[in-house]
Amino acid sequence: MLALVSPALLVILALIVLPVGWLAWQSIYHDGFTLENYRRVFTEDIYWRSFALTFEISLAVTLIALLLGYPVAYLANALPKGWSILILSLVVLPFWTSVLVRAYAWLALLQRTGVINQLLRYLDVISEPLPLVHNTFGTVVATVHILLPFMVLPLYATMQKIPGDLMQAGASLGASPSLTFVRVFLPLSLPGVLAGCTMVFVLCLGFYITPELLGGGRTVMVSMLVSRNVELYNQFGAASAVAVVLLASVLLIFAAVSRFISLDRILGQK
Amino acid sequence: MTRVSPARIALYVISTLVLVYLILPVLIIAPISFSSARFLTFPPPSFSLRWYQQYFANPAWMQATRVTLTVALLTVVIATPLGVAAAYAISQSKLRIMRVIHMALLLPLVVPIIITAVGIFFVYAKVGLVATLPGLVLANVMLGLPYVVISVLAGLQSFDPAQEMVARSLGMNRLRSFFAVTLPQIKSSVVAGGIFAFISAMDETIVALFISGGQYQPLTKRMFTALRDEIDPTIAAISTLMTAASFMLVLLASARQKKSG
Repeated sequence: MLALVSPALLVILALIVLPVGWLAWQSIYHDGFTLENYRRVFTEDIYWRSFALTFEISLAVTLIALLLGYPVAYLANALPKGWSILILSLVVLPFWTSVLVRAYAWLALLQRTGVINQLLRYLDVISEPLPLVHNTFGTVVATVHILLPFMVLPLYATMQKIPGDLMQAGASLGASPSLTFVRVFLPLSLPGVLAGCTMVFVLCLGFYITPELLGGGRTVMVSMLVSRNVELYNQFGAASAVAVVLLASVLLIFAAVSRFISLDRILGQK
Repeated sequence: MTRVSPARIALYVISTLVLVYLILPVLIIAPISFSSARFLTFPPPSFSLRWYQQYFANPAWMQATRVTLTVALLTVVIATPLGVAAAYAISQSKLRIMRVIHMALLLPLVVPIIITAVGIFFVYAKVGLVATLPGLVLANVMLGLPYVVISVLAGLQSFDPAQEMVARSLGMNRLRSFFAVTLPQIKSSVVAGGIFAFISAMDETIVALFISGGQYQPLTKRMFTALRDEIDPTIAAISTLMTAASFMLVLLASARQKKSG
């Protein structure tokens, strides 16, 4: 049996374990051991600010995705099967469109001469085009769009397991629908909330294409710090240290969350 | 229908708006690609295929398309058997280390892709695989493996291993019994896994940005570079074609999965 997994395992070891190990090594070794790269990451302003910005954006994206995703998952769960399949298909549909294609679509929609600005001007709502893209706003709009399915699917999966009789029991005991929701349904859906939020937050931490194309160079997320240090400045040690800190954050979050729900539950729903 | 509460109405309105938000960007690209104008205007000036002509007439785009298709096909051909073998072993073996190996095979989904990309770039730079076709294929095999493993493991869950035991007791060896008994029953999930690996390779951008170059640049890398500079509707034409290809493949995969039920 081990012989059967070994080719796949070899690919994983050579192309992800070794490269990440290499990064870790490179971050502490350059003609001798050094912690200089980490000192820079933790003390220099550009690095510090980029990490703070990345966490802020990820938090905002996660909260927005939860606020938008919860009602959709709730509705898909409440409606008869045909409708819920339709809703879930619409949620998953963008999933199968390349991230690059969607970045292009958001540029076309949000730019100064884009669809939304033209529409608003046509309707005389605004006289000057709004700055909707090449900033943090555009990045957040497009990032939420990409990550929303990762929120809705675990939410829906969890809601599906909540027995409908519980709500009826609540109602028969005299609770109003909103009270039953708050006291019964909402608490039972929390594992899904946690799974969805973890996935969205962690994926957002490492986002690269969207902030690079829609952030207008001002929204420098950690991933861009890594790529710039490699491509523009040839600062391999610094890039490696940033990558290691980012990976450590991701693994810490997974480890913390796995105390409450199983990792399978977070990763299981692709 | 019972009484419609305001909360219920709000639920419908919000959900509809969210669904529009999800679908709008996917729907907006096709009209841009068929418009004669450089920028999207209301109403679209006239129907035109000029952006498609520009795409098909441009040798650089065509070369990139060939690279993308070659890489995606080779990725499927390599990742599918590796993933099937691994998933089979994981589901059959009782060894404790298999749990760890299972997790390891899902690593590409856990490690932020930018980190993977930079790491692979450093390793490839040492061994001379940067800007080569094998380098690009290998990286995509690694990224596609989890999809095959997840899909096939799900397929194997509903498969009764006792059937294979029967075949073996009747004198087939393990390999033959796998091909004769097991594989036909999990065929749909194998095909679905392969299709997901293909789509993953077709859409992969970040690793390609770091490790591809010269004549072996996939479509996504060229698109990314073009998008950084200006908004060229040729990209809308390419995007429309890519999206159509993805959707057709997904429909194929889900039809397959449904058949296996």
